[in-house]
Amino acid sequence: MTASPAVIPFDLLPPNERPYFDRFGNGLVVVLPPRQPDPSGWGAGGPPHGGAWIHVGEDGKARAFIGKVEVGQGTRTALSLLVAEELRLPLSSVELTMGDTDLCPWDMGTFGSRSMPDAGEHLRLTGAATRTFLTELAAVRLSAAPTEVELAEGTAKARDSGRSVRYGELVKGLRRVELVPSDAKPNPPSKWTRAGRPAQDVGAREVVTGNRRYTSDLHIPGMLHGKVLFPPSCGAKLRSVDLSRAQALPGVTAIHEGDLVAVAAPDLRMAFAALKALRAEWEATPQPSEKEIVEYLRHHPVEGEDFWDMVHHETGDVGAAFGSAPVSLRETYTTAYIAHAPMETRAVLASWEDGRLTVWLGTQTPFRAREAVSDALELSPSNVRIIVPPTGSGFGGKHTSDLAVAAARLAKAAGHPVRVVFSREEEFTQAYFRPMAVVDIRSAAEQDGTLTAWEFHVLNAGASAARLPYRVANQKIDNQPSDSPLSQASYRALAATANNFARESHLDEVAARVGADPVEYRLRHLADDRLATVLRTVAERAGWSPRPAPAASGSGRGIAVGLEKEGRVATFAEVRVPEDRHLEVVRIVTGFECGAIVHPTNLRSQVEGGTVMAMGGALFEAIHFENGRILNPSFSRYRVPRFRDIPPIEVILLDRPDLPSQGGGETPLIAVAPAIANAIYDATGKRLRSLPLTPDGTVP
Amino acid sequence: MTKLRVNGTDHSVPIDPDRSLLYVLREELRLTGTKYGCGEGECGACKVLVDGVAVRACQTPVGEAVGRSIVTIEGLAQGEHLHPVQQAFVEAGAFQCGFCTSGMIIAAVSLLARSSQPSVEEIRAAMDGNLCRCGGYLRIIDAVQRASRLSSGAGGAVP
Repeated sequence: MTASPAVIPFDLLPPNERPYFDRFGNGLVVVLPPRQPDPSGWGAGGPPHGGAWIHVGEDGKARAFIGKVEVGQGTRTALSLLVAEELRLPLSSVELTMGDTDLCPWDMGTFGSRSMPDAGEHLRLTGAATRTFLTELAAVRLSAAPTEVELAEGTAKARDSGRSVRYGELVKGLRRVELVPSDAKPNPPSKWTRAGRPAQDVGAREVVTGNRRYTSDLHIPGMLHGKVLFPPSCGAKLRSVDLSRAQALPGVTAIHEGDLVAVAAPDLRMAFAALKALRAEWEATPQPSEKEIVEYLRHHPVEGEDFWDMVHHETGDVGAAFGSAPVSLRETYTTAYIAHAPMETRAVLASWEDGRLTVWLGTQTPFRAREAVSDALELSPSNVRIIVPPTGSGFGGKHTSDLAVAAARLAKAAGHPVRVVFSREEEFTQAYFRPMAVVDIRSAAEQDGTLTAWEFHVLNAGASAARLPYRVANQKIDNQPSDSPLSQASYRALAATANNFARESHLDEVAARVGADPVEYRLRHLADDRLATVLRTVAERAGWSPRPAPAASGSGRGIAVGLEKEGRVATFAEVRVPEDRHLEVVRIVTGFECGAIVHPTNLRSQVEGGTVMAMGGALFEAIHFENGRILNPSFSRYRVPRFRDIPPIEVILLDRPDLPSQGGGETPLIAVAPAIANAIYDATGKRLRSLPLTPDGTVP
Repeated sequence: MTKLRVNGTDHSVPIDPDRSLLYVLREELRLTGTKYGCGEGECGACKVLVDGVAVRACQTPVGEAVGRSIVTIEGLAQGEHLHPVQQAFVEAGAFQCGFCTSGMIIAAVSLLARSSQPSVEEIRAAMDGNLCRCGGYLRIIDAVQRASRLSSGAGGAVP
């Protein structure tokens, strides 16, 4: 687990100057360079993306390297399948290294459902090129034309002579580096034999035996346990701190550097004692509370930056369309701040050796972490290595690097490696939340129901999925960032969940107003054939029968669709609301299409799990806060879905081998909340416009 | 110091009423398969078997485990041979990030020991104290049912 001080991270060296062969032995290396961000903006080169590289060694194995990370979304197996597919190797002969900044190609980070379309595509291209080079090597060795060489199960065989050679033999003594040529041709999904088939997770055995080492499980001799002093409420500023009582404890190091106050101790209990022994004075400023949050966000707009950019989309003449419309509707929808609450809290281990820092960090953005840590500690990026061990989920919550910086500073001051693991309460209070959303929608329709105008304004959550998948002549869509009093950032399907909930709820309201069946009404307006196919499939499987008006019989059915990150989803929900108003979700049917399916076993798992996670935010998850304090920072006070909450969930995967593979970790969440809200409306005639729908379990 | 019997081996550990069984297992014996998830007994990630029954190690003072047989996730497999519940979790693909899996498997072993063929409702009720944030509940129910079949098919009770 120690790093050699002489190492320079591969991504900081030109492709042909990296010590591939010293590190991994002789062989063939094929490199697809990443496209780094262009400081002048995303110009002709297009958006930045990570690279990939593959080493085929004398042991016949393929070692593939990618900057993305696995935090439980199953991409390690899916990406390995793609390498196995291109190289015609058994899955067991592929070793994939992810998120190690010394060895992996640069990458922006693992978010936005980009692992399949980016890393997957790059591994396919690199694998295809590697296959071509192996074929050429084999042609020479076997005295055959390259077209007569066939690769299978790690062996190259000449069709005519029947002679064969193992990959390991082919690369014996070789130290050759090639770049992926522009004409590399991956195997088309329609011809896949390994990818696209059910497969077991490559890490299954270590998981079920308890042998998988997460960051919070790591231990280095001499390691200390760190704790960081956090403000008692959001926005509180440190006025003064006295470290002396903590420093007096045996073996304790206490530091105050800039905004960071932290302690390290030989064991965890001593670390907690040292934290308690710190004497700090804080200056708190009044903060808005939950009850006034909607008005607060409305009155505190801010300029956009980064991915919170303002978005403005306008077609036709909305004003004129509203003026003449026989039917119009205006409603507001909100979603609460919610927590990621990953099972493994944030964790880091930092260790110095001869001026070089190694940080094991559960993060979704290892290269960004390297930058943050090297900036903060005034180190060359060459002297920082970030390694991402298996991570107990992220859901968009593990992007920040503050904890890594804290551990590195503590380790430096103490002269020992330091591990910092968040307590569950720290995880709830010191991370960041899914942004609250306030969505105002105004719509107009003809008497026959045809939508004529759509005005959509989302506040604070972001623009994802704000665009309409429906045909409406006059549209105005805006996204307005706001000055959130709670710390907020990325979350699995964050804005798409809010915007889709608002749109699909509102569409149901308009359909009811004009007396149209919700499925027929959507199909009538849908502008996307793929999404229409998913909707039809789900409606049929669910046994949808047209209902122009809510039954209000205590039993209800609802449906919703979503189009986001090139994935298409339709979700059907059936609910029961008996006289005691206690909501029961009886059944969910969800259909999902994301192009060519790489790893169907895992995709199904992602859709099921995403549906469960979405049910939490739809039904009862909400962060409660008052004057800067989080009121429910524990699993006993912040309710997440449990076994008892989960109905049968039927998942229909629509495979499209003719289309590029897209991610499946986020989009399957976005139609769940509106499908349930629409079902509650059907069951009771009552329209709920705020998530969570049933905070105390009952329909109001 | 006193003896704690874990996975069939006696370990000498300091007895301190403040130390939870979880703390001793993870920090002193370095049996890290048992996880910290919440520290308040709400998530089940820290479950271990004490005399064959699943308990939440974060809520168990280590003193209470003295003189009893503790089995952690590391103690279930017999060498290369997985326990039927572990085997079933592999076959059912019943994990995503895997962080809750140890606690889930321990809870399932405990359940199957007292009810060899549990209904779905029994499984839900018995395992409701175990959280999976990845939302893998349906796979886990499937795995427990598979384990039930694997155990009965093998002709023996689940240990």
